[in-house]
Amino acid sequence: MKASLVQARRTLFEKIWDQHIVMPRPAGPSLLYIDRHIIHEGSFHAFKDLRARGLSVRNPRQVFGVADHYVPTTSRDPNDAVTAEIKEVILKFDDNMKWSGAHYFSIQDPQQGIVHVVGPEQGISLPGSIVTCSDSHTSTHGAMGAMAFGVGQSESTHIMATQTLWQVKPLQMRIELNGKPAAGVGGKDIILAVIAKLGVAGAVGYAVEYAGSALQWLSLDERLTMCNMTIEAGARSGLIAADDVVFNYLYGRNFAPKNSAWDQALFEWRQLPSDDGCHFDQTLSIDVAQLAPMLTWGTTPDTGVAIDGLVPDPSMLSDPHARQAALAALAYMDLTPGTVLSAIKIDRVFIGSCTNSRLSDLRVAAEILRGRRAVVPGIVVAGSMLVKQAAEAEGLDKVFQAAGLEWREPGCSMCVGINGDLALANERVASTSNRNFVGRQGPGVRTHLVSPAMAAAAAVTGHFTDVRTLMGQK
Amino acid sequence: MQAFTQLRALAAPVEGRNIDTDQIIPARFLKKNRDAFYKDYLFHDLRFDEHGASRPHFILNRPPFQGAQILVADENFGCGSSREGAVYCLSDFGIRAILAPSFGDIFFNNCLKNGLLPIRLEAKSLEKVRQTLFSSTDANPSAREISIDLTACTVQAPGLSAQHTFTMDPFWHECLLKGVDELALTLSYANEIANFEQHHRKSNPWLIT
Repeated sequence: MKASLVQARRTLFEKIWDQHIVMPRPAGPSLLYIDRHIIHEGSFHAFKDLRARGLSVRNPRQVFGVADHYVPTTSRDPNDAVTAEIKEVILKFDDNMKWSGAHYFSIQDPQQGIVHVVGPEQGISLPGSIVTCSDSHTSTHGAMGAMAFGVGQSESTHIMATQTLWQVKPLQMRIELNGKPAAGVGGKDIILAVIAKLGVAGAVGYAVEYAGSALQWLSLDERLTMCNMTIEAGARSGLIAADDVVFNYLYGRNFAPKNSAWDQALFEWRQLPSDDGCHFDQTLSIDVAQLAPMLTWGTTPDTGVAIDGLVPDPSMLSDPHARQAALAALAYMDLTPGTVLSAIKIDRVFIGSCTNSRLSDLRVAAEILRGRRAVVPGIVVAGSMLVKQAAEAEGLDKVFQAAGLEWREPGCSMCVGINGDLALANERVASTSNRNFVGRQGPGVRTHLVSPAMAAAAAVTGHFTDVRTLMGQK
Repeated sequence: MQAFTQLRALAAPVEGRNIDTDQIIPARFLKKNRDAFYKDYLFHDLRFDEHGASRPHFILNRPPFQGAQILVADENFGCGSSREGAVYCLSDFGIRAILAPSFGDIFFNNCLKNGLLPIRLEAKSLEKVRQTLFSSTDANPSAREISIDLTACTVQAPGLSAQHTFTMDPFWHECLLKGVDELALTLSYANEIANFEQHHRKSNPWLIT
């Protein structure tokens, strides 16, 4: 019998893995070929390392630099960086990118944006490929059917020097999402529910593949949101098998295959979905039809709860460590157990980040904000220049501005605050980003993670509000 | 990269699961060059108050644990952001090894590339070690020391009656023992990579643009 006939049934992840093994090892890490590597301004450590070793970027056409972490969102001029030190980091990236010869989306590039928005948008992240980026949210690109994971600076150096990386194969988890999400419930709510179920360490050591009937109801933007936050359950990668939604999206994009190569690619990509009956080390299933809009109450992304609930009571927790952690989180968040979630007042909103800054995210938020006024300050930061342009063509910028929110230039902005976009100490923020860690949006800032719809609802009411009560009643 | 073979050193217990890399180094310090003062940024907002004064209760500020070279942590230590600055500041502060039941995935890899030894040990044992370290009032600091032998992959720690063994992948084990990262090794596989690449590009001609 031919070897191919007895080959084990494999997952999507395993098929991609197998196609990229340069040096197999029976145990431990294998040397994998990296198809495309994306970097941002924080890469100055890796470039310094490369230079110190007398190395250069081996395959500059497979490396993509995107300025997003440090760029100001008030203009496209590095001189508008909030400090001279931040400006230096932006300019250093210019130098390093010139030196590397790699593709470069600078702050002034008309196609610049957040790395994880630009990757799919430019057709850099493709089904069946391995995509790395020196950012933990690289799991985002798994929604394109790619195997994508974040790396540190040393690993980035290694990839730039060799176009390869030593990796230990993760275990395989399948999360089946069934049912049709209710109106007002989207990808962000689903992933917050998934993380709440798994816990922030629940998927450590795993690659997570999402499957199930719910996917047909989820837009590509929502799938990107879900894979994006898969890292928040500890998994390094989240994946969804590419289907016609992905193929149609990719067709004609800058770095996607063209002409006959497209047909060849499409043929290959259609072979990639996990085989029926393949082995997963862990499986989980969630009925998404039962979900309500979510928000997090604590300082870890697994503290998502449905908006119609209460701030949980830690005394109900039997595990003393979990109880202590919950008490500390409540103290930091200045919340009292048993409080009705919709009674929590907010001071600021942030709509943006690699999690929720794509066109459909902005549309959903604008739909709630249209004809209403935000009662708190807030910023809306488009995910990329192309998203910004498309949003403006639809007049979404006018909707946000009429509601009293600022319409900003693309960048990571308040999700991580490296560029100086921060909230003030003790402020409570309704944020569409991905992390509610202590101090994430500034020292003493209290972050609640929500969907764009829920952020918009909180903006117009000044407190967390079930967005469904605002839908279709104007 | 500094080689790691054996170490007997003062250990500090770090309480709390899921200590994310934002706590280990707040994002505002990430723009600093590597040769700047990364040791000062370690656990910055936990170690210092808003005026820059040491918080006396933070574990690494307490006299019995000052100068610790080993941390004993809880589950999912180093989760969150991929920032390698988290490892730079631990390393520059003098931390050589971290014991935890589990680690953030990217953080774990970042440790290996910087000669910082991440050791996975069972949660219950580490809880005992942390409790013993916390409650130790011994005037002799050696009562708060942990011995690590990377050659044999063994740990002896206060609160553990027997020596514990840990597993470390042979590949990383060798890198850490020799104090080399794997880049030099990979560069020696240039031919294998070139061969693979030639074949891979044939089936994926769109890769190069």
